[in-house]
Amino acid sequence: MKTKFIFSSFLPLIAVAGLAWYGAKYNSSTSIAFTPDADNAGLKLPDGFGALKAADNLGRARHIAVTQSGDVYVKLNRAVNGNGILFLHDGNGDGKMDDTQGFGNYPGTGMYIKNGYLYASSNNDVYRYKLDANQKVVNPAEPEHIVTGLINRRQHESKSVVLDNDGNIYVNIGAYSNSCQEQERTKGSMGRKGCPILDSAGGIWQFKADKLNQTYGSGTRYATGLRNVVGLDWNQQNNQLFVMQHGRDQLHDLFPDLYTVQQSAIYPAECMYALKKGDNAGWPYIYYDQDQHKKILAPEYGGDGKKEGPSGIIDPAAAYPGHMAPNAILFYTGNMFPERYKNGAFIAFHGSWNRAPEPQAGFFVVFQPFKDGKPFGKWEVFADGFAGSEANVVSGRAEHRPSGLAQGPDGSLYVSDDNKGTIYRIVYNRK
Amino acid sequence: MKLVRVVFITGLVCLSTFLSAQKTPKKATKASGSATSAANGKIVYMQSCLPCHQQDGGGVQNMNPPLIKTTYVLGDKDRLIKILLNGFNEDVEINGDTYSNAMPSFAHLTNQQIADVLTFVRNNFGNKAPSVTVADVNKLRPGK
Repeated sequence: MKTKFIFSSFLPLIAVAGLAWYGAKYNSSTSIAFTPDADNAGLKLPDGFGALKAADNLGRARHIAVTQSGDVYVKLNRAVNGNGILFLHDGNGDGKMDDTQGFGNYPGTGMYIKNGYLYASSNNDVYRYKLDANQKVVNPAEPEHIVTGLINRRQHESKSVVLDNDGNIYVNIGAYSNSCQEQERTKGSMGRKGCPILDSAGGIWQFKADKLNQTYGSGTRYATGLRNVVGLDWNQQNNQLFVMQHGRDQLHDLFPDLYTVQQSAIYPAECMYALKKGDNAGWPYIYYDQDQHKKILAPEYGGDGKKEGPSGIIDPAAAYPGHMAPNAILFYTGNMFPERYKNGAFIAFHGSWNRAPEPQAGFFVVFQPFKDGKPFGKWEVFADGFAGSEANVVSGRAEHRPSGLAQGPDGSLYVSDDNKGTIYRIVYNRK
Repeated sequence: MKLVRVVFITGLVCLSTFLSAQKTPKKATKASGSATSAANGKIVYMQSCLPCHQQDGGGVQNMNPPLIKTTYVLGDKDRLIKILLNGFNEDVEINGDTYSNAMPSFAHLTNQQIADVLTFVRNNFGNKAPSVTVADVNKLRPGK
């Protein structure tokens, strides 16, 4: 009787221990073992959400990837102590990363985990690192070169990457130009005929994810007419590539007779595109006007703010106000957040500079609802307050600038900041 | 690091010059000439420079370099004038950060406008450096 009692009183403990072990191993638990920061890391979030700073002062933190055990890889746009990639580990489970290791001495933006490898990009090349069973890099000093020799002429130099489910990697090669003018960013200069930049940039290139030392010749120009894409993600629901384009700058500065300062601040739209092989999004010949809902002929190619562009150019899947600089898009597939977020897109807007002298905008993370793999309904600001104050938003002198997004194994949303190097972790804590 | 120190010391020297200049009563003659130049230069700045270098002269991370206490702005006048005349399309490194956007030529500005805007920039945003005169610009581009 007594032994039976003791045993039965231990049963719940054993069960809890078992569950904990199960949870630790498979990370299927959505319970939160840590508390959000008292001020939610300075962020404004919808009811029921909280946030903490998982790490701080890392440097120019661009794209990030979270492993199945909750470790975070961070790609830095400027190497710190010779390290362009950081590995962050939370040893005691309080949500704060307490162990940092670095490797990869090159600056860059791309960071993605798929099929047992960590993919990373410099501004010229794509690398990958073999991961062990815990998704730790096996040999940090010897990455494999997947793609080399991509164009980097400084403007729009970052090479973002994402993989599909068929062994391909997609690489953004941004146009080294604003609008393909004969004289770059020069008032009144017209567009170059048959913009030659598009031969080697201004699009998304597809390469094999497991073949070494590929160059332009071994890749395919998957989609063209994309000025600069920093954020891209693979939509698992309809097995399709989605990208966020940084729209062109300076309509007023370059063509003051056609556009006012105010129009130049909000146009053109920052566009989301759902891409198929062979698509043309129209840069530099057109831009998308989010209020006329039209693809407008660029002034460099004879446009007047109203004339529509040539045919054969795809429509955006969704459009957002100008110059807010979408640096990341992430389709949320986790179970932690309420159901309405599932399969929708989070978009990190780095924030504008090209609205001056009008007030700047952005510096937040947006949620775009989706239904059946397509944007459905209006976008909403999900996480705000990165800038630190409204005055910082207006001046563009934001304290933090959202730049990368990743989903944790428990369904947490991670946001990187490339100004101060903060890694935010956003959680839902209402039952 | 060396550059930072140079900039810092230059800044200190400028600041002390500025402070001591503040104490003495304003001299109407020469100062008013460069004050007019700077006032006109502000108009040019608002139209031509602000979109990239911003209202506060702080530039844009990674893209457009700041104009605050840099050797480009405070240093050699000829180099600075040439940047406006020819544009600037190479990586600029300031305090360890690089800036990559292409700057177009502003050769369509008159020599007076170039002198004015550079005088404005060299005496704002915490900067203090000698004015740029039309004669300085004429030397590099006669008669416009």
